[in-house]
Amino acid sequence: MTLNGWLQILLYCGIVIALVRPLGGYMFRVFSGERMFLGPIERAIYAVAGTRGEDQHWTRYAASLLIFSALGVLALYLLQRVQGALPFNPQSLPGVAPDLAFNTAVSFVSNTNWQAYVGEGTMSYLTQMLGLNVQNFVSAASGMAVAVALIRGFARRSASGLGNFWVDVTRAVLYVLLPICIVGTLVLVWQGVPQNLAPYTAATTLEGVQQTIAQGPVASQMMIKHLGTNGGGFFNANAAHPFENPTALTNLIHMVCIFAIGAAFTNLFGRMVGDERQGWAILSAMGVMFLVGVAVVYWAEAQGNPLIGTAMEGKEARFGIVGSALFAVITTAASCGAVNAMHGSLSALGGMIPMLNMMLGEVVVGGVGAGMYGLLLFVIVAIFIAGLMVGRTPEYLGKKVEGREVKFAMLALLILPLVMLGMTAAAVVLPGALSSVLNPGPHGFSEVLYAYVSAGANNGSAFASLSANTPWYNLTLGIAMLAGRFAMIVPILALAGSLAGKKSVPVSDGTLPTHGPLFVALLIGVILVMGGLEFFPAIALGPIVEHLAVMAGQTF
Amino acid sequence: MTQTSMFDPRILMPALGGAVTKLDPRRLARNPVIFVVAVVTVLTTVLLVRDIATGGADIGFSFQIVLWLWFTVLFANFAEAVAEGRGKAQAESLKKTRTDTEATLENGRKVPSTSLKVGDVVIVEAGEIIPSDGEVIEGVASVNEAAITGESAPVIRESGGDRSAVTGGTQVLSDRIVVRITAAAGSTFIDRMIGLVEGAQRQKTPNEIALNILLAGMTLIFVFAVATIPSFASYAGGQIPVVVLVALFVTLIPTTIGALLSAIGIAGMDRLVRFNVLAMSGRAVEAAGDIDTLLLDKTGTITLGNRQASEFRPVTGVTAEELADAAQLASLADETPEGRSITVLAKQYGIRARDMSALNASFVPFTAQSRMSGVDMGGIQIRKGAVDAILKHVGSANSATGRGRAAAADMEQVRRIGEDVSKAGGTPLAVVRDNRLLGVIYLKDIVKGGIRERFAELRRMGIRTVMITGDNPMTAAAIAAEAGVDDFLAEATPEMKLDLIRSEQAKGKLVAMCGDGTNDAPALAQADVGVAMNTGTVAAREAGNMVDLDSDPTKLIEIVEIGKQLLMTRGALTTFSIANDIAKYFAIIPAMFLAFYPQLGALNVMGLHSPQSAILSAIIFNALVIVALIPLSLRGVKYRAVGAGALLSRNMAIYGLGGMIVPFVAIKLIDMAIISIGLVQ
Repeated sequence: MTLNGWLQILLYCGIVIALVRPLGGYMFRVFSGERMFLGPIERAIYAVAGTRGEDQHWTRYAASLLIFSALGVLALYLLQRVQGALPFNPQSLPGVAPDLAFNTAVSFVSNTNWQAYVGEGTMSYLTQMLGLNVQNFVSAASGMAVAVALIRGFARRSASGLGNFWVDVTRAVLYVLLPICIVGTLVLVWQGVPQNLAPYTAATTLEGVQQTIAQGPVASQMMIKHLGTNGGGFFNANAAHPFENPTALTNLIHMVCIFAIGAAFTNLFGRMVGDERQGWAILSAMGVMFLVGVAVVYWAEAQGNPLIGTAMEGKEARFGIVGSALFAVITTAASCGAVNAMHGSLSALGGMIPMLNMMLGEVVVGGVGAGMYGLLLFVIVAIFIAGLMVGRTPEYLGKKVEGREVKFAMLALLILPLVMLGMTAAAVVLPGALSSVLNPGPHGFSEVLYAYVSAGANNGSAFASLSANTPWYNLTLGIAMLAGRFAMIVPILALAGSLAGKKSVPVSDGTLPTHGPLFVALLIGVILVMGGLEFFPAIALGPIVEHLAVMAGQTF
Repeated sequence: MTQTSMFDPRILMPALGGAVTKLDPRRLARNPVIFVVAVVTVLTTVLLVRDIATGGADIGFSFQIVLWLWFTVLFANFAEAVAEGRGKAQAESLKKTRTDTEATLENGRKVPSTSLKVGDVVIVEAGEIIPSDGEVIEGVASVNEAAITGESAPVIRESGGDRSAVTGGTQVLSDRIVVRITAAAGSTFIDRMIGLVEGAQRQKTPNEIALNILLAGMTLIFVFAVATIPSFASYAGGQIPVVVLVALFVTLIPTTIGALLSAIGIAGMDRLVRFNVLAMSGRAVEAAGDIDTLLLDKTGTITLGNRQASEFRPVTGVTAEELADAAQLASLADETPEGRSITVLAKQYGIRARDMSALNASFVPFTAQSRMSGVDMGGIQIRKGAVDAILKHVGSANSATGRGRAAAADMEQVRRIGEDVSKAGGTPLAVVRDNRLLGVIYLKDIVKGGIRERFAELRRMGIRTVMITGDNPMTAAAIAAEAGVDDFLAEATPEMKLDLIRSEQAKGKLVAMCGDGTNDAPALAQADVGVAMNTGTVAAREAGNMVDLDSDPTKLIEIVEIGKQLLMTRGALTTFSIANDIAKYFAIIPAMFLAFYPQLGALNVMGLHSPQSAILSAIIFNALVIVALIPLSLRGVKYRAVGAGALLSRNMAIYGLGGMIVPFVAIKLIDMAIISIGLVQ
């Protein structure tokens, strides 16, 4: 670890924090329904879609989201299947196999962007642009919509509606995602990221070897890939590819984009509930967990391995130890899943933190919207336990946390361990699934565990040494992604509906203050204990035992 | 109500039996966590029997684990049985009063009390037991209610008014009353009280239900965590005995709070009963902890029931002694506490006590028409009364005699002094002698000692107090300021009380109040916590959700504290239970996987002797901690009015941090103990 490395980490944190208030304030205007600069276009979209933008009960809000997502999966599946017959396919790539097309469609609609395919060898430009990239925008917008709906649940009093899903999604795309992406894409092009529809270039290297250099509309996909915490790379090597991430500046832009909206959401939350301090408290809890994670990974990677020393295998020399460690923590803390280094090559403990980040439900900043609603689940549990300890029916922001709220929060929290642990348990004993595992011993276990944890948490990054493009993995990971996204969202919207209908209790001296360090510490404790303890056996058998073995000089 | 010690063998012995009879699956199913423990315990018992039959390995170890699993379930049952037992001990003394008595109907026929129906009219004479709950419709009697209140001083019960309710099982000491029965046998007040303290009628309260959902959810999460271990282990080439998996599972799920949850609830109700307050439902007790606004009647709660004379304020030209002398004479026959306080004050002005008959004076009593009282002594008339009544009296007399300007100035002065006294929170009484105004007696409302501190304490709890009084706003404001209440409602009518409660509730606040009269019934019913005084009417008792047997309105404060204590105890033990898991993982995980991943021995931070001793120590700790925490769950976590933040950091430090550290130490000690006596290798 070096001073320079830490300065880079602090610079990054400084930029993200500086963006929190301006972006949060801007999103507050967007989601409170203020008139914005694209009014006519917005109204035209509603006219075409046939919505009047009326307030929706949580059931209708959820139904709208589910129908929208189901149609998205269907459209993306069909597009992949028939891409061979469609234009913008200079490499004449054939239709995608059914199981892979299903997996990919689910993956992009659920904001996971798990990629069991090689981008430049599988997807036509049309599929990338019209299929994958469209979902990059709308899946991010859906996540933001759900979070806004949940926040409205806290902010509204005795209300029956949570807002309108179609309006929230439209405004998220139109006013938040698109403007930033248009500007950002131009910057990336300036930095050397390609944006063309040209066929792949055949080149002869200095050594005289023939090489195919993939091309495509890369820049337009790069911006939203990070800003929307999607993470699906244009190329297989993702952000380690020089065309996706050519310079130190683009690397910084990518990293800032991953956290920008998620961090600003805490401020949006504070503004919507009328007390920005509440947002800062939540961001502090996230920030503490983030910095600890970065410190561990940075230390573990800088330390390396007693057998070979600092390990650069799987890392880009351009980004070095700190650039790779920081990116790995950011991408798994948020629900992004873009990578600029191969996580499978991280040291045992260095790989454990990304896994842990995802197991906790990606609540350290987290996916756009998804991080906010995931964290609020833990807040509900923390408030419930702590509230009892001050001798009152627990309440948060004036809303009483009672049986229904606890029920919905627990339902949403149960889904992650069920999917992540249950599916891993099946995969590590089924011979068909085991044959995909390339490394023996605990590292092989970590590969499978990481895959299901990543899918369940809708992250999309991988311990890439697992050959996941098999019918078993395509199908089970697809199910994990669907469950991790939608089986969580439905109880969350139910929770939002239940909260919105409640009266607000005025604050008194007997009310637990939720903006101070005490609450932050409590929240972190609850996240670690409630979200992390159940994974302890799995972590012990994966990264921990691998670390202990390597320290003792044992390899597998 | 007799106090029973926590370790009274008369409670502990039956509780041991209760722990076994509670193994009935239908009763266990009420508690999800303990039910799950019972299920896996039965499973491991079956496996143990199979192993013994087939001669499997490690039977001694498995046997001990299974034994401690059974202890875990039994200890949970025991905790509940002890809590119920304490209630039962109280119920026993109540039941004695329920022995069947004979009732005399109106027509003189004698019937057993058990056959009485609602609406029957019975006659109860001195020395007889009142056969059932009812309302006095004729007569007045002194009644011994020691059976329910523990207070041996008799109370007066009379028809009409606010003291008409009588309770079955209490004894008439004097006179004869006619009672209309309001509760049939089996549903009387005492029956309900017995049911409540025994815990038989206990229904889960809202917060308890929510907590149960949380605990059930956590149990499910650990089902996933443990059920997946066999396949993880088989990937690593190892196998883990079912009994070890069960041991890990049972130690991880929140058994501590699961086992003590119902004991905490029963004990909370019990604590109220010890305070001589009966809650009609656990929901009401819980709501008490959430109270935001407390409505308190001024008289009897904030001030002493009676006002006292504190000063004589004469008009110009009259000395204080002259006024004191007249006031004393006017009050000689006045036996009200106010009247007596005037004679006491007069003594301080050197006026000596005088005898009515020696003065040859005749007393003029207070009437609703004249609103004055006084004496006629020879030719002299002295009157005292409300300022406006006296002024009216003087005014009409003066217009008859035609006295002039001097009288008008006196009237003006008396009116002004009267206003001053009102503003200061007092009640002015004007004194007149032979139509000459002498001045004003300042009757002061005496705010109870220490009440100001109690309100300050309530404020620190986050509770707003509102004083309800029939006084005019000026007087009310002065007393409110002196007593330190946050707000007041002056010239209050029952409708205004109801409106105030509704408007507070509309703001999302929970309101508590106490009342005794029939006109309080709507407000008592509307309030979230309505405490009816036992001396009150049947209507008030039915409308409230608590009854205070001592009829002491200040008890609302204790009721709020008990409600808070109940919630805090649950929260604290939940936190403790969850925090324990960290140490248990460090005990069991390395032990579990050591056979195929010896490296994981590094996680054995406690340095436990062997895998078997580690697992056994964890499960023993898990069972014993239930027993160790029974006293705390019965006593409750102490509430301090220090504000929510300070309270939380204190409880987090004790139960959160403590919950993390204690098991590390305890498991290590248990490990050393079982190794030294050689229970396992």
